[in-house]
Amino acid sequence: MPNLQDLFDQSARVAGAARYWTTRTARLMIGVPDYETYVAHRRANHPDQPIMTYVEFFRERQQARYATTKGRFRGCC
Amino acid sequence: MSNNLNGTSAWNMKLLWTLIAILGAVAFGIVALNRGEAVNAAWLVVAAVCVYFIGYRFYGLFVANRALGVDAARATPAYRHNDGLDYVPTNQYVLFGHHFAAIAGAGPLVGPVLAAQMGYLPGTLWILVGAVFAGAVQDMTVLFLSTRRDGRSLGDIVRAEMGPVAGTIAGVGILLICVIVLAVLALVVVKALIGSPWGTFAVFCTIPIALLMGIYNQFIRPGRIGEMSLLGCILLLAALVYGRTVSETPALAAYFDFKGETLALIIIGYGFVASVLPVWLLLAPRDYLSTFLKIGTITLLAIGIIIVRPDLQMPAVTKFIDGTGPVWAGSMFPFLFITIACGAVSGWHSLIASGTTPKMIENERQIAFIGYGGMLMESFVAIMAMIGASVIHPGVYFAMNSSAGLIGTTTEHAAQVISSWGFVVTPSDIAQVAKDVGETTIMSRTGGAPTLAVGMATILSSFLGGQTMAGIWYHFAILFEALFILTTVDAGTRVLRFMIQDLVGNVVPAFRETKSWTNNLIGSALSVLLWGYFLYVGVIDPLGGIWTLWPLFGTANQMLAAIALTLCTVVLFKMKRERFALVTIAPASWLVLCTTTAGLEKVFSPDTNIGFISHALKYGEAIAAGQLLAPAKSAAEMTRIVVNDYIDATLAGVFVLVVVATVIYALIDIWKALASPRATAVEIEFAGAATGASNA
Repeated sequence: MPNLQDLFDQSARVAGAARYWTTRTARLMIGVPDYETYVAHRRANHPDQPIMTYVEFFRERQQARYATTKGRFRGCC
Repeated sequence: MSNNLNGTSAWNMKLLWTLIAILGAVAFGIVALNRGEAVNAAWLVVAAVCVYFIGYRFYGLFVANRALGVDAARATPAYRHNDGLDYVPTNQYVLFGHHFAAIAGAGPLVGPVLAAQMGYLPGTLWILVGAVFAGAVQDMTVLFLSTRRDGRSLGDIVRAEMGPVAGTIAGVGILLICVIVLAVLALVVVKALIGSPWGTFAVFCTIPIALLMGIYNQFIRPGRIGEMSLLGCILLLAALVYGRTVSETPALAAYFDFKGETLALIIIGYGFVASVLPVWLLLAPRDYLSTFLKIGTITLLAIGIIIVRPDLQMPAVTKFIDGTGPVWAGSMFPFLFITIACGAVSGWHSLIASGTTPKMIENERQIAFIGYGGMLMESFVAIMAMIGASVIHPGVYFAMNSSAGLIGTTTEHAAQVISSWGFVVTPSDIAQVAKDVGETTIMSRTGGAPTLAVGMATILSSFLGGQTMAGIWYHFAILFEALFILTTVDAGTRVLRFMIQDLVGNVVPAFRETKSWTNNLIGSALSVLLWGYFLYVGVIDPLGGIWTLWPLFGTANQMLAAIALTLCTVVLFKMKRERFALVTIAPASWLVLCTTTAGLEKVFSPDTNIGFISHALKYGEAIAAGQLLAPAKSAAEMTRIVVNDYIDATLAGVFVLVVVATVIYALIDIWKALASPRATAVEIEFAGAATGASNA
């Protein structure tokens, strides 16, 4: 008889990991990279400079995705 | 990888690959050699998947490791320029999702459907062979080149490696492909929505839904992508279901029942408005919705095909292999290859592979998985589209994809004509399909999307919801295609506007300023006028538009692929890796041959079905003699046909010139590279210090 508690814990861990990776992939599909990674990068490399809040970060990424500059083509065929 | 495996598992691996090869060969045998009996779609899927695995393992990795020489020790732009925004080292599976979502679009769904007029086999073979040897190689090599150059764009790389003139020529090619892509994709939407209140209502609803999502995300709950997308999805499904009520209520249906011309003008107007609005309001929310819907629907279709395992009704090869088919004109070479386009090799991908993806690659070793693997996945989408087109009754397929000029406007006449081609079908067969999917007619719904929608409805309704759900699934499929095509129209109009501003800016520098509203309005207007012209001409084209425009689109797309692969070849020579250059020379030569043959035939062929000039001359003579030739109904229409023919001929001629000029520049560069004693490729200096690893 497997320990039920262990089984639940394990399923929860798997579900949590699945959710984590699905969310990250789905976000990057629409051009929004990891916010945590961005914060960690700014803290490590530019500790003296301000860090965008999540909402600022999101808006910046949204603008950048549709900026009409070179090398930004998507979704046709 | 294999050097740290012990003897037993090395043997196991060999056994596994042998089994995959045998399974693939058996599946292929069944698909290709079976005559008379219906073949199950599952065999097509098995054959394709085996080809992909073997192609990736034995060719893709060879090209990456040996021909390109990916270097695991070399720092990628993601590390060199890490800013947490554009340049971020990203997990390869997450990045694969990003890259695939960016390359997947309407192309691989439409091309194979049109190619099915020759039977499922010729198209399937090219989708597989083309992806393994041309498309995936192109995507991966361009991704590699861009990764070695700080993620620079295709145009920039051409300029750096082949000089400013070649760069400008490539720029003209990219501009033209944008115009044609937007026109032909918008045409697909128009063709799907003509006289279809249900579909039109659902597609129109995406605009207020997107606006609502945009406002929600900007002001109410900023940055909550999940919530916003869920809200949008629910509203979209509600609109889809309510669409049936709209179509069944004559008073309501009248508001959403449009002719092609009206729909074309609406889309042109929409494209203009959408491209000057702030992105958060309309473009971004609809883009999010369409991306998730696209990935979800592709997954659902894959699951559906695996569960249902439908039989293919279309013969392996039809008599239209001789080039007399009603869907598009021209013989198998080069027009089958031109027609399939994106599912086998797509020039457009070279723009994406030199866009955002190279800035996020963690390690050069992952280039094969993302570039080569991403294209194999796209090719699989094309295989699914081919299955979708082949599971419906061939008679119905031809009823949907032949213009009214050929099969008339009544089911009786259409059934008679199509039966005379050897695809026995009754008027009630055709009428029944229309009734099942909740449309008044499905005849001459060219453009591929409606055919695929019927195929998807057939597959999906047989395991989800049964016959009663067929109408919902059909319109769901139309909605899903229209949604991301409209997103492309919007985003593409912006890109086109930028390119026009850049081009005109060479003469009038002030026009370059993208913050100016006047410039934006003029630029957007010019941009929608360009593609809108071809769209409108396509809609009023008595031959059905797709007949004329799809080959132009295919030629433009393959032309860009030819440019990209030629560039890859030049760079291989400049890297002093010419002994491997055949991996890009072979597909590049094939594409150059295809596009120039197709382009020249479109211009000069004496067959008035194919050649624009001979067609124009035929109508010109009739005008001089004071006659009217069907399908024109007035002298003005006659003149318009002639003018359009000359414009299309010019365009096809320019495609050929662009390809030929690029090849000439490439040959000069290759000659110079061979003469030089050392590598001359313009790569970013090897910054090995980032990892500290040595190359030895």
